[in-house]
Amino acid sequence: MNTHNAMLSPELSAAALRKIDREVAKYPADQKQSAVMAALVIAQDEKGWLSKETIAAVAGYLGMAPIAAYEVASFYNMYDLHPVGRYKLTVCTNLPCALSGGVHAADYVKQKLGIDFNETTPDGKFTLKEGECMGACGDAPVLLVNNKRMCSFMLPEQIDKLLAECK
Amino acid sequence: MVEIEIDGKTLQVAEGSTIIEAAHQLGTYIPHFCYHKKLSIAANCRMCLVQVEKAPKPMPACATIVTNGMKVFTHSDLAVKAQKAVMEFLLINHPLDCPICDQGGECQLQDLAVGYGESASQYEEEKRVVPDKDLGPLVSTDMTRCINCTRCIRFTAEIAGFMELGQSYRGERAEVMPFIGKTVDTELSGNIIDLCPVGALTSKPFRFSARTWELSRRKSVSPHDGLGSNLIVQTKHDKVMRVLPLENEEINECWLTDKERFSYQGLNSVERLTKPMVKQGGEWKEVAWNVALDYAAHALRDVAKTHGGAAIGGLVSPHATLEEMYLAQKLLRGLGSESIDFRLRHSDFSADAKRKGIPWLGMKIADIGGLDRVLVVGSFLRKDHPLVAQRLRQAAKRGAKVSVLHSADDDLLIKLQARAIAAPSQMPAVLAQIVKAVCQIKGVASDSTFAGVTVSAEAQAIAQSLASGNNTGILLGNFAQQHPQAASLHALGGQLAAALGGGFGFLGEAANSVGGYVAKAVPASSGLNAAAMIKDPRQAYVVVAAEPELDCADGAQALAALRQAAVTVVLTSFKSQAMLDYAAVLLPVSPFSETSGTFINTEGRVQSFYAAAKPLGETRPAWKVLRVLGNLLDLSGFDFNTSEDVRAEVLRGQPDFVAGLDNGISGVALNLSASVGGLERVADVPIHFADPLVRRSTALQQAADSAAPTARMNAVTLAKLGVAANDKVKVGAGATASVTLPAQLDAGLPDGVIRIAAAHVDTLALGAMSSILSVEKV
Amino acid sequence: MALIDTINPLLTTGWAKGDAGWSLKDYEARGGYKQLRRVLESKMTPDDLIAEIKKSVLRGRGGAGFPTGLKWSFMPKAAPEKYVVCNTDEGEPGTFKDRDLLRFDPHSTIEGMIIAAYAVGAKRGYNYIHGEIFEIYQRFEEALDQARAAGYLGSNILGSDFSFDLFAHHGWGAYICGEETGLLESIEGKKGQPRYKPPFPANFGLYGKPTTINNTETFAAIPFILGMGGEAYLGLGKPNNGGTKLFSVSGHVNRPGNYEVPMGTPFAKLLEMAGGMRGGRKLKAVIPGGSSAPVLPADVMMECTMDYDSIAKAGSMLGSGAVIVMDETVCMVKALERLSYFYFEESCGQCTPCREGSGWLYRVVHRIEHGQGRPEDLDLLNRVTDNMMGKTICALAAAAAFPVRSFIKHFKTEFEYHIENKKCLIDPEVQRMGSGFFKAGAA
Ligand SMILES: Cc1cc2nc3c(=O)[nH]c(=O)nc-3n(C[C@H](O)[C@H](O)[C@H](O)COP(=O)(O)O)c2cc1C
Ligand code: SF4
Ligand code: FES
Repeated sequence: MNTHNAMLSPELSAAALRKIDREVAKYPADQKQSAVMAALVIAQDEKGWLSKETIAAVAGYLGMAPIAAYEVASFYNMYDLHPVGRYKLTVCTNLPCALSGGVHAADYVKQKLGIDFNETTPDGKFTLKEGECMGACGDAPVLLVNNKRMCSFMLPEQIDKLLAECK
Repeated sequence: MVEIEIDGKTLQVAEGSTIIEAAHQLGTYIPHFCYHKKLSIAANCRMCLVQVEKAPKPMPACATIVTNGMKVFTHSDLAVKAQKAVMEFLLINHPLDCPICDQGGECQLQDLAVGYGESASQYEEEKRVVPDKDLGPLVSTDMTRCINCTRCIRFTAEIAGFMELGQSYRGERAEVMPFIGKTVDTELSGNIIDLCPVGALTSKPFRFSARTWELSRRKSVSPHDGLGSNLIVQTKHDKVMRVLPLENEEINECWLTDKERFSYQGLNSVERLTKPMVKQGGEWKEVAWNVALDYAAHALRDVAKTHGGAAIGGLVSPHATLEEMYLAQKLLRGLGSESIDFRLRHSDFSADAKRKGIPWLGMKIADIGGLDRVLVVGSFLRKDHPLVAQRLRQAAKRGAKVSVLHSADDDLLIKLQARAIAAPSQMPAVLAQIVKAVCQIKGVASDSTFAGVTVSAEAQAIAQSLASGNNTGILLGNFAQQHPQAASLHALGGQLAAALGGGFGFLGEAANSVGGYVAKAVPASSGLNAAAMIKDPRQAYVVVAAEPELDCADGAQALAALRQAAVTVVLTSFKSQAMLDYAAVLLPVSPFSETSGTFINTEGRVQSFYAAAKPLGETRPAWKVLRVLGNLLDLSGFDFNTSEDVRAEVLRGQPDFVAGLDNGISGVALNLSASVGGLERVADVPIHFADPLVRRSTALQQAADSAAPTARMNAVTLAKLGVAANDKVKVGAGATASVTLPAQLDAGLPDGVIRIAAAHVDTLALGAMSSILSVEKV
Repeated sequence: MALIDTINPLLTTGWAKGDAGWSLKDYEARGGYKQLRRVLESKMTPDDLIAEIKKSVLRGRGGAGFPTGLKWSFMPKAAPEKYVVCNTDEGEPGTFKDRDLLRFDPHSTIEGMIIAAYAVGAKRGYNYIHGEIFEIYQRFEEALDQARAAGYLGSNILGSDFSFDLFAHHGWGAYICGEETGLLESIEGKKGQPRYKPPFPANFGLYGKPTTINNTETFAAIPFILGMGGEAYLGLGKPNNGGTKLFSVSGHVNRPGNYEVPMGTPFAKLLEMAGGMRGGRKLKAVIPGGSSAPVLPADVMMECTMDYDSIAKAGSMLGSGAVIVMDETVCMVKALERLSYFYFEESCGQCTPCREGSGWLYRVVHRIEHGQGRPEDLDLLNRVTDNMMGKTICALAAAAAFPVRSFIKHFKTEFEYHIENKKCLIDPEVQRMGSGFFKAGAA
């Protein structure tokens, strides 16, 4: 028995574990760790953010050292190691976007929400993040909602509309 | 072989070598930080950049494989410019306060900065600050100094076997850290201190207690496990301040276990005995040496006269030096006793007349790494022999298949091929199954006793793995040697190795487990062995460097025996309450650091050492004390001037390796049907409780491995007893003795087994390491 | 954003219907999977297949422009376990072509990968998809399901004895995973820290096994090359620069977007296709190959044709084909500051010169932009870049250095003005209006 691997994951729902299993199946049988990125995403989707307990649970489920999972969770930008608002808005401000208003869009959101980058509105609704290139520079300004929904051409009216949509 | 040129010098190097290895062969130093010969190549520090002819860019010497005809320039303008550039980058975020850094004076960065750095940097931006981490009681951090070479991380993952450290975040924010809230807890963790080229990881016990240039250094040999790791003992004003590994590829490589590194704290323990003491009328008095020695000599002579020499028993620690053991047995024999033993934790001595020679590793330590199939029998390997576990871990990575037969399934951090986990009483039977299965596979006849043996799936899997190898090793650990059927395990192990045509040996329990036999510190036929001496109490005891209540197989019985004796003379470096209770005379003798002496390690290697420090207070080397006792008792053959004289008499000119090593055995009547009723105890000797010195290292006593004993059982056993994990249970031995411990779930134990650590005051009352216990919920 | 314009559509033929034309039946209707079928049914040998790709002089579209056929031929024949990996980690600022390739025509990439797997003898493949484009990842997974159901993936593809399965691996926000060995580490479930090379992926790749890695656009081109023949494909472009290429045009043009044009098309033509300069303003500078490529001033750029050799001759790189267009409203110090921040943010942190140097560069440029520059700073920046370039495991350090060096080289006076006058040459309001975010006159 490998005591490090035997730790089961009290943290994640059965549904989440099933999703993780599907990811694990993409890789050779002895390469479960390959699924760690996906597993952390699934865990983050379920929990809202990645606490150390959640990361340890994912590591345990995949049979890896907890610090190896933490390395991953802290290396990639889109994992949240601290609680975030219901809507995490990430605005790309990189040069190609900035040339077409990326920074201005971010400023506009800041002003609308009264928060700066890496802050959350007092009602816990919005968190604002500065993003790096999202590979959508032709659609600038671009904004990502909760890591998964890409919004293009975010001029003031579109931003207003998006913020209003977010319940 | 390929031929290359480094700085104009031509040399031949093995194919696949890196430039840095080739340069090393030539004695050419190439500056580096991340490179370490025992670790995987990271090539991240970029300090080792050199020029290679025809390459447009400087190349990292640590990662560049040589090719025939390659011309390397380590000092060309291109190389030096690159090296200086890297040094400048390394220093921009590094504090430049060497005078207040604990690593000051032994810092690779400091050393190299002198050679490759500019006096002033143009960097005027804010410097990075990295929060420190709590890595536990042994390793201190100053993470702002970290240069992200990742040596420590690679060490934990590759050598210690479990990735306890990582580099989190990225870019300039990259940070070396353990998982949040975790410490470094493997038995090898202290090595990261040596590996850290800067002052980011330093020794917590040593921290700020001395500067490197104030320290004197002496070579020494570890007094703990059977390997005899080579040490550098550093002292300041005759106080041991630090212990570091002395590299010896054939033994400890460049590593040390935490036990070996930090046990020195025990040398400075408040329990050190520094003056001879005599108990008179129930009162302890500090007395002059001559008074104490006279007293001891008289008392022993009286017992011998009145009751005969056989009434005296000698218990010698297996951690005592060869010289001490030799003189102790000479003293006992001079007094007319044959009852002398150093095998204090053994319980089966039935092999004594049947052995062909001195039991030993059966191979060189360095050969362990070359085995391709290994069976480890009865060993808490990671804790009892951390550096052997480390060698097997590396072997397993190279493709060796390691299997285990044991009564517990602790994680060895080695990928195992197969395992058989059986209650202690079943181990001989399972080993017999493996022997039978191997014989069947190999088509050789097996012992007729095996006719009725049915081979289990586990045994078959182990046998199949072993039989498929070309270079097998069967290694019997401490648990097998301490086992009540040790002779059977010995005989079976030998048969197995013979069937396989492979190696077979014992992992020496202590620094002088081979030396004890060489010194003849074992009973002759008429004498009593360690167990018999306490089972059948003596009138007098001479105890050398041991605490029998913690160091014997049955501590409770040992304590009772010593208490009832008329005279107990104890040669010891430490005093304890128990000792004050049972002893008549306490003679303060030197621990390994304050005496010269010899250990013969498990491969039969003779390793002598000198004192690293002057004896503390009135402490005297034990060999001298024994010599004087011999003189006072008018015994012949006690005229030694130096410990070397003693060694010369024992070894008679065997300089490096002793003769007479032989694991052969004959005439053991195998009893394979041994079955016992009740809960069988499995007793491990926790790594930091194994001997009097390590028990007194305050830092080690705070380490994770020093947790208080628990009563570990598997789920089935717990359920049968109606006990839940963490319940307090009363564990009973016999009618009267009991201790109360928290129950703990250990899924790695077989059914019907309760695992409770030995060598611990909390469990002393339970008596024998192998016994049948009862459990009641309280 | 769908395709805006094209001269000679190959890769973009399927984009015409926008989001409605991506599925398997559309692709098949366009002749999709025909080449795979032909290869398998004709029992074309891997060697012949690779020879055909070599003829096309298809050069890798991920940035380095390495000849694809040659790369495939490096794969050891005998190895039992091999992989093909597609690099859709498109994170190079300015690049957004691979996203659209997978969005509008995912099957061409899948077909290209299957053919590549056949050529190099791989049984398994992965497509590593950039973290921020989740919707594209989902679409690709759907396309994989379609291909699997139709027997293009899995065991005994189209009744042949060739088996191959393909999976998508989703990134989660790290530019460095675009570097091929960082990408492999990431698939292995680790941080995306690049590996020291050699050994190259062809010998030691995913899980230590021989691996071929190509960019999405490279794979997507494969079926078209086989369809028209290698020579014809080469003929579309210019010698040594075969075929067509997607250019992602961003910044101050009227119609930012992807354009597929033959290699060797004049930049002026591309600019014209992109609708010319926004608001009719004057072209100031162009980064022709993604943010890591050296910037070129307008006059130099206007003389270039869009191919590897012409751009290299002008002192930059065609890179990933991301054309970042900047007009006269751009403050070059501010532009560089943002790029330097990007490399500082995205350095993986393992190599000393990159980890320490990228932050140093950013801080100095930041200082200059914020009016705290010193006269010696420009030399310092050049010296630091010099100390970074060519001294690291991967090319990110060089990528961080190129913009700094080229911006200073071509726009030195602007930097000097900032240092001397502690402010920008260009009126802040002019800069503000350049982005088109604000309607003229609005605050
Ligand atoms: C820092 C860095 C980032 C890179 N990013 C990408 C990328 O996003 N997409 C890509 O295809 N190649 C990228 N590359 C190039 C890849 O390492 C590799 O050369 C390429 O994927 C090979 O495919 P190709 O031969 O088809 O171009 C990057 C390289 C470096 C050094
Ligand atoms: S050059 Fe930078 S990004 Fe590339 S491996 Fe080194 S530290 Fe990482
Ligand atoms: S020693 Fe070669 S890069 Fe660190």
